[in-house]
Amino acid sequence: MSRTSVKTSTLPAASRLDRWLEACLRFTRQRPLGAIGAAIIGIMIAAALLAGFVSPYDPLVTNYGRMLQAPSSLHWFGTDSFGRDVFTRIIYGSRTALWIGFASSLLGATLGALIGVTSAYFSGKIDLMLQRFMDLLLSFPLIILALVVVSLLGSGITNVIFAITVPMVPRCALVVRSSALALREMPFVEAARALGFGPLRIIVRHMLPNVMAPYLIMLTAFLGQAILLEASLTFLGLGVAEPTAAWGLMLRGAAVEFAERAPWMALFPGLAISLAVFAFNIFGDSLRDALDPKLRLP
Amino acid sequence: MRHYILKRLLLMIPTLFGVAVLIFLLLRVLPGDIVELKYAGTGSYAPKEALARERAQLGLDQPLWKQFITWIVGISLLDFGTSMWTGQPITHEIAIRLELSIELAVMATFVAILISIPLGALAAVKQDTWIDYFVRIFSIAGLAIPSFWLAIVIILTFVIYFRWLPPLTFTSLWVDPKANLTQLIWPALAVGYRYSAVATRMTRSAVLEVLREDYIRTARAKGLRENAVLIRHALKNALLPVITVIGLEFAFLVGGLVVTEQVFNLNGIGKLFVEAISQRDYTMVQSLVLLTSFIFIFVNFLVDLVNAYLDPRIRFQ
Repeated sequence: MSRTSVKTSTLPAASRLDRWLEACLRFTRQRPLGAIGAAIIGIMIAAALLAGFVSPYDPLVTNYGRMLQAPSSLHWFGTDSFGRDVFTRIIYGSRTALWIGFASSLLGATLGALIGVTSAYFSGKIDLMLQRFMDLLLSFPLIILALVVVSLLGSGITNVIFAITVPMVPRCALVVRSSALALREMPFVEAARALGFGPLRIIVRHMLPNVMAPYLIMLTAFLGQAILLEASLTFLGLGVAEPTAAWGLMLRGAAVEFAERAPWMALFPGLAISLAVFAFNIFGDSLRDALDPKLRLP
Repeated sequence: MRHYILKRLLLMIPTLFGVAVLIFLLLRVLPGDIVELKYAGTGSYAPKEALARERAQLGLDQPLWKQFITWIVGISLLDFGTSMWTGQPITHEIAIRLELSIELAVMATFVAILISIPLGALAAVKQDTWIDYFVRIFSIAGLAIPSFWLAIVIILTFVIYFRWLPPLTFTSLWVDPKANLTQLIWPALAVGYRYSAVATRMTRSAVLEVLREDYIRTARAKGLRENAVLIRHALKNALLPVITVIGLEFAFLVGGLVVTEQVFNLNGIGKLFVEAISQRDYTMVQSLVLLTSFIFIFVNFLVDLVNAYLDPRIRFQ
């Protein structure tokens, strides 16, 4: 008796892990490009977490004796105009980029999904009002809205996260709402309503889990854009400020000033941004194809 | 059709009014104002009376609703008020920069179309060959490479190999077309490449879809040359979604302009906007936001019109 009960309790857990591994393997086989993206993302996350061990130098300590040195075995990507190691600053910069990227995408997609589902559930007046407001936010180009939020809150990492979140909310709300509209008419939602559950419980427990696919798709689609937007804001001097290591910051000012003498200063941070956004984009594309090929992104 | 156009144009008014209210309130709800910033910049001690005098001069002591009405009435007469920072009329500040930004936007759009439609169609025709893979990687890369970095790389290449620096002053197209075009083609390329990425992918998938249609088989069966089939039959029908995408991606164009003008040191609307934001020039920021939103909404309207013109199914709805 006890043996069978042990069996039944361990079996589902093991098979869930197996299924998860199998799904990952299938994804890798069917969408090699997406798997490459995932691998690059994995390496970047590892580098960001282990920045202290991976990078050979300190990202903040200046060394005027070693200014503007060309790439060598000592400094793989050369040094900048303060004598700081460019490779080290790129590794530490991935921390800034990933933190801002993940935080703003998670926040934006989650808020958007909540608004989208709420809007679809209530329909009628609330839906109309929320939709008008989302339309209003959508009538600003992405970067303009982010710039306005930055101008209100000032620069700094937290404010940049918020600035990137705001333009993402309406885009996610739009997509999630259209999926949730179909859900509303499903028998299980009707059953939940018949059982007397309140709107909050139905939205959170019954509808939100069922818009997971568009939610995940929007989340990954945002990640690349968020990193790009952060780099742009920082490059314009309205994002992350010195001496924090950030890729957009490394391209600002001195990189152009010393373009002739030290082109590596401008070359490598841009490559880092491009590689990161590229990885997130191809991973996001493959994930969309795997989860819901018909979904159209705004 | 005329009824439809009129309806769409009228619908733009409440949206723009909403944008105006939102941006106006946002800019005034949060603390920190331009008068203090101005004095902080000069580093001198600012007596309270001087601050108050300055505020009264800028109209900041008026109640919010009064400020808003003054602004809105001004806009309907095409007068955006005066810049809080320079004291110049905003309409003038925008007017002297608009030519450059519009020209750059138009050139970037042309670059995007010239890249995306031929490449996308080529990739579709040569599906799953190395040409297709190359085009797909080229367009995915276009989405990933920041346009300001591409601009920096272009300048780097010129500086190192040709000892050429972008000129510091802008030459108008009407004064010296050649100087103007050589100055603007590089920023237009930097912006246009990114702009083309989504359109290339859209062209590819649209052409692929159309090539499976019955009328393409018919066209081939009646012995038309492949070029005629491709251009007259396939591409013409595949263009609709591409035009839509080019319109929707206008937001990318705006973003590209803002950063690229910075890199190439072009004194356009984008640069003005970034400056206004770092100086907390409320009147300038709110006017520029309203202007870009208006253009954004108007471009979407134009795209719908072009679609309706090209597609009789939409036109007769």
